[in-house]
Amino acid sequence: MSMPTLKLRAPLNRRIDMSPFIPELIADKSADEIARIPVWLGNRQVDTGELFEISGNPSEVLLIQSESDKLDMIGAAMKQGSILVEGNAGAYLGCAMAGGEIRVTGDTGTAAGCAMRAGDLAVEGNAGDFLGGALTGERQGMRGGRISVQGDSGDRAGDLMRRGTILIGGNTGDYCASRMVAGTIIAIGQCGRHTGTAMRRGTLITSNKPASLPATFNSNGIHSLSFLTLLRQQVATLAGFSGLTEMGVEVERWVGDLSCDGKGEILIWQS
Amino acid sequence: MIINGTEIEETFAEAFGMSATRIIITAIDAKWARIAGETMTGFATSVIGCGVEAGIETELSPEQTPDGRHGVSVLLFAMSGKALAKQLETRVGQCVLTCPTTAVFSGMQGEKQMPLGKNLRFFGDGYQISKQIGANRYWRVPVMDGEFLCEERVARTGAVGGGNFLVLANHQQQALTACEKAIVEMRKLPNVIMPFPGGIVRSGSKVGSKYKGLMASTNDAYCPTLRGLVNSNLDNDIGAVMEIVINGLTDEDVRLATRTGISAVCELGAAGGIKRISAGNYGGKLGQFHFHLREVMA
Repeated sequence: MSMPTLKLRAPLNRRIDMSPFIPELIADKSADEIARIPVWLGNRQVDTGELFEISGNPSEVLLIQSESDKLDMIGAAMKQGSILVEGNAGAYLGCAMAGGEIRVTGDTGTAAGCAMRAGDLAVEGNAGDFLGGALTGERQGMRGGRISVQGDSGDRAGDLMRRGTILIGGNTGDYCASRMVAGTIIAIGQCGRHTGTAMRRGTLITSNKPASLPATFNSNGIHSLSFLTLLRQQVATLAGFSGLTEMGVEVERWVGDLSCDGKGEILIWQS
Repeated sequence: MIINGTEIEETFAEAFGMSATRIIITAIDAKWARIAGETMTGFATSVIGCGVEAGIETELSPEQTPDGRHGVSVLLFAMSGKALAKQLETRVGQCVLTCPTTAVFSGMQGEKQMPLGKNLRFFGDGYQISKQIGANRYWRVPVMDGEFLCEERVARTGAVGGGNFLVLANHQQQALTACEKAIVEMRKLPNVIMPFPGGIVRSGSKVGSKYKGLMASTNDAYCPTLRGLVNSNLDNDIGAVMEIVINGLTDEDVRLATRTGISAVCELGAAGGIKRISAGNYGGKLGQFHFHLREVMA
């Protein structure tokens, strides 16, 4: 028995909407049935079999093999099961995901985990802008679950984030935690400029002082916060984040953004 | 049945179904964790007057606690889930939240849940911070020494309260020495507490009283100074009786604690002045759990 596998036949010049390929929709389908599922390629529909070599047997675990960054909406709205992407993913990976697990061995595009509600999204490479952010027009970003990115992330990671946890092993772009409503972001590397802009609540934890903070953040002093022990125990078991076991509970705390409620916090680990 | 010269009476302890929970209190060191645990389990000897029966189950090393600090685990027992929730919230709010450096966590898993920090968080006056870590939600409440960290909810479970045995000795000091020895051994067991002072009761009670409105009164049949006045259960050579009351998460826990305690007492035996082991019951009609002493010790 092998899991259902979709292997991209050739590089794409247009983007594909991969949202039909979530475990709950294909778990009971044979390879032939999957091959007949219509997918949008640009402005026309084609059978999946034209684009992918399909093999394997029905299962709640789906394997996608692709070096293309044009496979959008992988795992969108999925509620259960697992998707493993060997290679890269496009935009909106795990968008509005409500359960299950997605793992990507390569990089992912913009808006990964946006509007996510639950589940586990792991990226071994880099992520694009708006990681865990909001769908365009919506007022809340990620609302639960966990995203881990072992590499870097783009700008506005955690924008409008409402709940859940984002871990970033590398550096983050500008405006990290912008407009954040609640939740937790751990960014091990260097955060870019304007970190925490319009942050209302929530926690950003980082190893280094961000490149710049808004003037509307105030220093809160050095504190020992015991919840960091619990958080560290929880996330240090994740692949790529075992180094967190070395982190203590003493942090330099900045509070803000005072221009909008001001109950967010940026914690900088004291090594 | 006679063990080391001490008679095990043909009787049984009668115990009741209760609701119980376990919380873990941590602090900067073992001293302050114990202070918090002792404070919140003070005035918690009997549900009759205290609303809850509570005690420190065990001390915990940093490796055994959620936040890696010294701690204690505390068991609380009440007659209903509602009464338990009320007592828990009051006691954690007044005795743990106020105690320097403490944090409090759920000490058991289960489907039946009740608030722990869910309402205490409002002490933060809007500055409290919620943190979802794994499957659990925690509250960080700003206080004058930093932050009070507490888990939002704690589980409760059905339990057994009121297991007991009586130690009948020649003299008061002999009864006390035997009970102290029993308590030392019983406190090594998990899932049980002995809620009375030092684990020992000297004022065992019977149901009712000659006075209206008094639910319980002195157990006259076991009071040495009433021998000759009432229908006493004491021989002439019994000078003092002390009782150990046991609450446990299961009847098996209470049974094991009873056996452990009586065994410890019987090590002193008749040579130590311990004449007889008895137990308190209400004729078997009130409590669901009966612990027959001779079966327990068989």
